[in-house]
Amino acid sequence: MSLLKYESQLREPLVDGNKDYHQVTEDIIKPIEMKPSRLWYIGFYISVVLLLFGVYSVYREVTYGIGQWNLNKTIGWGWDITNFVWWVGIGHAGTLISAILLLFRQGWRTGVNRAAEAMTIFAVMCAGQFPIWHMGRVWMAFFVLPYPNSRGPLWVNFNSPLLWDVFAISTYFTVSLLFWYSGLLPDLATVRDRAKTKLRKLLYGIASFGWTGSTKHWQRHESLSLVLAGLSTPLVLSVHTIVSFDFATSVIPGWHTTIFPPYFVAGAIFSGFAMVQTLLIVVRKVMGLQDYITIGHIDAMNKVIVLTGSIVGCAYLTELFIAWYGQNPYEWYVFKENRANPFSPYGWSYWLMMFCNVVSPQLFWSRKLRRNIAVTFFMSIIVNIGMWYERFVIIVTSVYRDFLPSSWSTYYSPTIWEIGFYLGTFGLFFTCFFLFAKYFPVIAVAEIKSILKTSGENYKRKMTDIEKADSEKFYHEEVEHAH
Amino acid sequence: MAGGIKKFVVGSFEDEAVLFPAVKNVRKAGYKIHDVYTPFPVHGLDHALGLRETSLHTAGFIYAITGTTTALTFMTWVFTKDWPLNIGGKPYFALPAWIPITFELTVLFSAVGMVLTFCYLCQLSPFIKKHHFHPRATDDLFVMAIECTDKTNDSELQQFLERTGAKEVNVQVAETGWWLGRYDRDQKLYRDEKGY
Repeated sequence: MSLLKYESQLREPLVDGNKDYHQVTEDIIKPIEMKPSRLWYIGFYISVVLLLFGVYSVYREVTYGIGQWNLNKTIGWGWDITNFVWWVGIGHAGTLISAILLLFRQGWRTGVNRAAEAMTIFAVMCAGQFPIWHMGRVWMAFFVLPYPNSRGPLWVNFNSPLLWDVFAISTYFTVSLLFWYSGLLPDLATVRDRAKTKLRKLLYGIASFGWTGSTKHWQRHESLSLVLAGLSTPLVLSVHTIVSFDFATSVIPGWHTTIFPPYFVAGAIFSGFAMVQTLLIVVRKVMGLQDYITIGHIDAMNKVIVLTGSIVGCAYLTELFIAWYGQNPYEWYVFKENRANPFSPYGWSYWLMMFCNVVSPQLFWSRKLRRNIAVTFFMSIIVNIGMWYERFVIIVTSVYRDFLPSSWSTYYSPTIWEIGFYLGTFGLFFTCFFLFAKYFPVIAVAEIKSILKTSGENYKRKMTDIEKADSEKFYHEEVEHAH
Repeated sequence: MAGGIKKFVVGSFEDEAVLFPAVKNVRKAGYKIHDVYTPFPVHGLDHALGLRETSLHTAGFIYAITGTTTALTFMTWVFTKDWPLNIGGKPYFALPAWIPITFELTVLFSAVGMVLTFCYLCQLSPFIKKHHFHPRATDDLFVMAIECTDKTNDSELQQFLERTGAKEVNVQVAETGWWLGRYDRDQKLYRDEKGY
């Protein structure tokens, strides 16, 4: 009974180095207890400055109206909705890691799920800003909620995809937050029990809800996590499906297509994993967590990137083919002239998207490149840019040339306040992420402990003899007996 | 409802491989384990303690169907009774168009309901004060607490725990409250469970 579970030697360890339970706690909780580094302060201040710039941009937009953005006739959606879809998509990787990989019993998720889930929550917060401020008269934003009112009551239109979005995004945010925080409780209790100062004890005591680690509580916690994972899995698929309905249920050429839901979901996971890579490669280095977020983790995520990138590529080509095959002249015009023609005003964005999302991730078929940190970091940025352009292509190239050539738009380019708003959401995202990295355990401590004895490097090494002995014994007993 | 001042014999174990036989031996000897506090979910420990399965997921299902019916009845009432809107000549009862919202509310009700139920059942709340038997129970120790009754011989029990492999054994007096829970109550006695 020295080992409760057994995992083959062939599997790469998920936790490197010579670790015991206490060491795991030390490694992960230590950065919370220390003063943050210079680098942290620099990053944090830059984020806050960006956030303030965003706040000012939004202030301009609210005061002077939507005209502060360069949106114009036929281009009703520009950078704002592009950014909205981009941020929502980024959120999806967190849920995929924490929920879908939990259901698939992928042990490697334990190293990255906490940070990825935090990323989800912050990304959805950023995404939510765009449709809200785009309303223009934002003080009436509560009109999207179905509440009894003195106008009839005049209810919201439940048949509209834009309202589905309201429900999808708010549900997604709530459920992700609950899932993330319920997972955090035991780890916050660990921080609380190690706290030296009164203030830390008090604050982490409040935050950890009085978690004790009782066996019955763990049993319920496991059940809760499993069911929340089961709920989040269809939820995450539904969220980007519904976001794609914003386009797919319209009759705009370039949007009116049934391939959008799966195509959007794959793209979301693709871009989300790229963002997870960008963040975690920095986090593991700065916080010294290389033993927990190993090259194996990065490799596994790059595999997801090459898979989803190829699904996205397949979707692009299918879409193009169907536009031609479907014999709808308007649809085909959008694809042939507005997108695929490199000399049209936005043709370059289509080819940039193709290159970043379809061609470049193919590098990851090579194991060597998948396990190269510099290449991965660079690629993650490329993919993020590519996925931003995907949304830009879908939105802008479909609407800038109307059915009526006389109302074709002049060249659309964003104003400084439109860009400022986008930068502001970066500020919001990174401000939140820096605070998270400082005050919360960025790796799920309890979950790492639960896989330590099966997947820890030092424990796996001990297994070698047992494994060899077992196979020899098995051979003697089973194979030789048979003859 | 648990309450008042209670005495516990507390033994801390360093390895779950020692903990499992210890749990078995303690229960075999006829003691009722109040609870075992662990830094991470130790699989099979709930069974070793004779705890019944949780029915939290059933609660989750009930919340889910509550969400489904709420969404469907509300939208039906709004669009067929309260204020029917003609949207592109489509039927007032537009069921397919309501599926997304119905689904979202199903998930929302289930998740929120389950988390609240979980917090209620496990006595989790921001400002609760509990007695923690060992600060390292959330770090690297597996802490077994046995409640003393009038008949318990503490020193004998302490020695017994040490023999089963506990690294640290002590007696603690704790002011308890409703938060303590009574998980030992649904724990069957070892002999009833194994039938010997």
